[in-house]
Amino acid sequence: MAFNTRTWLTAAAVVAATTAVAYSETAPGDVKIEDGVVSASLSGQPGDAAAGRKTFADRKLGNCLACHAVSDQSEQLFHGEVGPELDGVGDRWSPEELRAIVVNSKAIFSDETIMPGFYSLDVGIDVRKDLVGKTILTAQQVEDVVAYLATLKE
Amino acid sequence: MKKHYLVTAAAIALAGAFSVAAHAGGPVDEQLVIDGEIEMTTRTESVEGHPLDEVISGWHYRTKETRALEADTFENPAMLYVEQGEEIWNTVEGTEGKSCATCHGDASESMAGVGAHYPKWDADAGRPINVELQINKCREENMGAEPYAFDKGGQKPLTAFIKHQSLGEPVAMDLSEGEMQNWWEKGEELYYTRTGQLNLSCATCHENYNGYYIRADHLSQGNVNGFPTYRLKQASLVSVHNRFRGCIRDTRAEMPAAFSDELMALEVYVTWRGSNLSVETPAVRQ
Repeated sequence: MAFNTRTWLTAAAVVAATTAVAYSETAPGDVKIEDGVVSASLSGQPGDAAAGRKTFADRKLGNCLACHAVSDQSEQLFHGEVGPELDGVGDRWSPEELRAIVVNSKAIFSDETIMPGFYSLDVGIDVRKDLVGKTILTAQQVEDVVAYLATLKE
Repeated sequence: MKKHYLVTAAAIALAGAFSVAAHAGGPVDEQLVIDGEIEMTTRTESVEGHPLDEVISGWHYRTKETRALEADTFENPAMLYVEQGEEIWNTVEGTEGKSCATCHGDASESMAGVGAHYPKWDADAGRPINVELQINKCREENMGAEPYAFDKGGQKPLTAFIKHQSLGEPVAMDLSEGEMQNWWEKGEELYYTRTGQLNLSCATCHENYNGYYIRADHLSQGNVNGFPTYRLKQASLVSVHNRFRGCIRDTRAEMPAAFSDELMALEVYVTWRGSNLSVETPAVRQ
């Protein structure tokens, strides 16, 4: 029966996805930043640039626009000016370097940088209770943002 | 109308001279003159030991429209609260049958300049108190009235009314009293401590990036000389501890309680940073 086949296929896909996450995602504490790069995908999956573009702008997620202006998102109001403009950032940094910066910019630039670490548990004191032990972005969201940043070429 | 011409003329004169801005959001070069009469000190040399050379009121970081609201007491939406505060000042409450005015008389005389010196050391409490806590002390000890809960009852309007009697007076705390210096040090430590998942301290934004935009928010130096302040985005008068808590919340951290030791220490330190700015209460901000 077609119905049963589809049900089984869906179940198999769920199992496969769960297995993939369980075995290939790198936990925040296990991410290795070496020579300014994080070489492998945090999720074990490639990033989705279109999803990353949304995460970049979303005030509840990356909210990268709070500090960085980028002409690719000129439809969004209020680009910040605290960080450098990101036009051409994909020319200036490799995806592995961009991943390291998004994961924990303090390890790349300086402990004094205002930029939060989006996949780091090295955070401030008194973290809101429901956020303790959680990162700002998930492994896949970081990959998506990195994929998006890599498309910003001039 | 005179005051508006003054502001406009100053803006035109200075726009040419200071047109070289490194970023969009530097402080505007204008002078705040309230009702065309009270010349406010909104930029001044900082006190010794201050990490910045110049202290600048948040007024300089607001839009032309917002700045104009504060320059005219008839336009300033917070003046309604000040009027409410005046009514409370004259209203008898508590078991002793007293109002504030029973003991203190005309606030324009008895309270002139008083608010500019808070927070102050309170020997009875063994800690610094702000105007809100001084009001509560008076209510309990002299009026036989219940203290106001944080931001409740008449706390905000009465505080605004009392501080408004110092409009234009320079902020000047006395750190030599009691243990004020220790509280200042504790406040300084907190000012530079990063909080929350976003890992930001007060200094990260207000010392290092004042004058810049974070999304639609224009960062100021975070001086508190205009509190309680009317915030347009909240359409309400906002107390200084409410704003401290809001800022800390925005770093995705748990918030200290209003009037806790942490926030009193922070108020002492942040007030000191704005020393010599004019009291602007009630200021108008975004």
